[in-house]
Amino acid sequence: MKVKKITYAQAVAEAIDEEMQRDNNVILLGEDVGILGGNFKATVGLYEKYGEWRVKDTPISENSFVGLGLGAALTGLRPVVEVMFGDFLMLALDQIGNQAAKIRYMSGGQAKVPLTIRTTLGGGRSSAAQHSQSLQALVCHIPGLKVVMPSSAAEVKGLLKTAIRDDNPVIFFEHKMEYNKTHEVPEEEYTIPFGVANILKEGKDIIIVGTSNQALKALQAAEELAKEEISAEVIDPRL
Amino acid sequence: MENKFKPIKSYGLDKEKILKMYQDMLKIRYFENKITDLYSKGLMPGLAHLYIGEEAVAVGVCANLTERDFAVSTHRGHGHLIAQGADLKKMMAEVLGKETGYCHGKGGSMHIMDVSKGILGANGIVGAGIPIATGSAYSTKVRGTDQVTISFFGDAASNQGTFHESVNMAAAWKLPAVYVCENNLYGISVDIRKVTATKDLSIRAKAYDIPGIVVDGNDVLEVYKVTQEAVERAREGKGPSLIECKTYRWKGHHVGDPGRVYRLEKETEEWKEHCPIKTFRERLIKEKISSEEELSLIEKDTKEMIKEAADFAIQSPYPNEKEAYEDLFVEEEGVEVR
Repeated sequence: MKVKKITYAQAVAEAIDEEMQRDNNVILLGEDVGILGGNFKATVGLYEKYGEWRVKDTPISENSFVGLGLGAALTGLRPVVEVMFGDFLMLALDQIGNQAAKIRYMSGGQAKVPLTIRTTLGGGRSSAAQHSQSLQALVCHIPGLKVVMPSSAAEVKGLLKTAIRDDNPVIFFEHKMEYNKTHEVPEEEYTIPFGVANILKEGKDIIIVGTSNQALKALQAAEELAKEEISAEVIDPRL
Repeated sequence: MENKFKPIKSYGLDKEKILKMYQDMLKIRYFENKITDLYSKGLMPGLAHLYIGEEAVAVGVCANLTERDFAVSTHRGHGHLIAQGADLKKMMAEVLGKETGYCHGKGGSMHIMDVSKGILGANGIVGAGIPIATGSAYSTKVRGTDQVTISFFGDAASNQGTFHESVNMAAAWKLPAVYVCENNLYGISVDIRKVTATKDLSIRAKAYDIPGIVVDGNDVLEVYKVTQEAVERAREGKGPSLIECKTYRWKGHHVGDPGRVYRLEKETEEWKEHCPIKTFRERLIKEKISSEEELSLIEKDTKEMIKEAADFAIQSPYPNEKEAYEDLFVEEEGVEVR
């Protein structure tokens, strides 16, 4: 398998780019996703390539631009909505939890909501408590949502493409501390199915389970343990 | 709420369309009366918010829509659905929580949806449909169709952040949306005049640089006319409008609320004199558009339709308990939305 080295942020942009090319109904909405290329540079080049209607810089109105994505999803589009910081999910919780997550169920299966909400988690950037939370557990508790936690760039690319093709609302958590890190990613097109865990390392003594970049840290821990002749298995549930 | 009307002929509508509007208003009124009856007999679970007194808004607005247009409704949504041509039997069955209902009994009164008819759902959260409607309008703009989306909401919803956020986006991007505010004066028990400084809510349109229109929401033809202009404007790519329909909720907030503590009986009685159906009926006869006999026949037929819908709903089974575990996610390829 041929591989290339790209950053985690580039993996996000490549996944969206490939899906926008594949399907004209895929659009991107959110704060600063357009001309700036995203606050974390994860959507660079898309605005220039697809124009201002398929890549839309929205006003700072989180609840309503998530709803905007939902309304577009109900009427034939496949929106990817960026909520810049996971902390801002709390501004949009009605549209996420009461609307997007519930419409299919309450309509008795009439509606489908192919909506991907990309957001971030992770502290470590000295940004204080309104820009550092990891709120995946909060949305995991809401019935009707799929929650995805990619670890490396390769995982980001394969899982984000699956999220965009999924006919259900998906919350996709990217780790802020990983965006600039470079990883190996397959050259050819690929997707990673939901519901299948990733075994990063096999072992026979203990199992370490980690999501998002904790999976990568667990791998480092397993290497340390190996020095003490402890064989650790590392599993990333991915969602 | 004076009974001042323009001649029906001045609207340039054919008789068939005029009588359809009359019948659609009757369908809503009789549907709601039937629900009150079923509720009092203990046959209706959950909540239902009645639209009695506001029929001219839904009917006047929706008479402008084609089968390909979209509408997003509210918790007080039966009228919008009926005016958009939703199936009365499936609606009634849904209100009673039956398997044969639109949502297999999982939505109830507040969540009836008919995707095939462009009705993107009633909604249990005040103001939550406004962004969804805006997204529908955004979608039609991206897809390059000439479809228009109507966003229905009440006076109280105009004080939700979603109203400002959504109308702002629609105005900035000239989206093909029409925002219809049904000002029935009360958000549950709170008088809009006690929580909002402006006399007219439509004045907010100025903040977004879009047209803001006030209309007598109990005059079906005036509602029709102002909506027609807004819909044309939206279809031509000139952007959204805000229409405020002044109307009144005859009943309480929901069936079971007598609606008395917070408002004077005199006020309710005055609005009843300005009944959208009674006044329209009088005009139809006085202006010789129709006759007592013809209208009586329509009334009889409509009553029969509602009775059939209620019988169907009552006789339908409740959902199998397995139904509770279905439809949370799309398990396979879903049906494409128009």
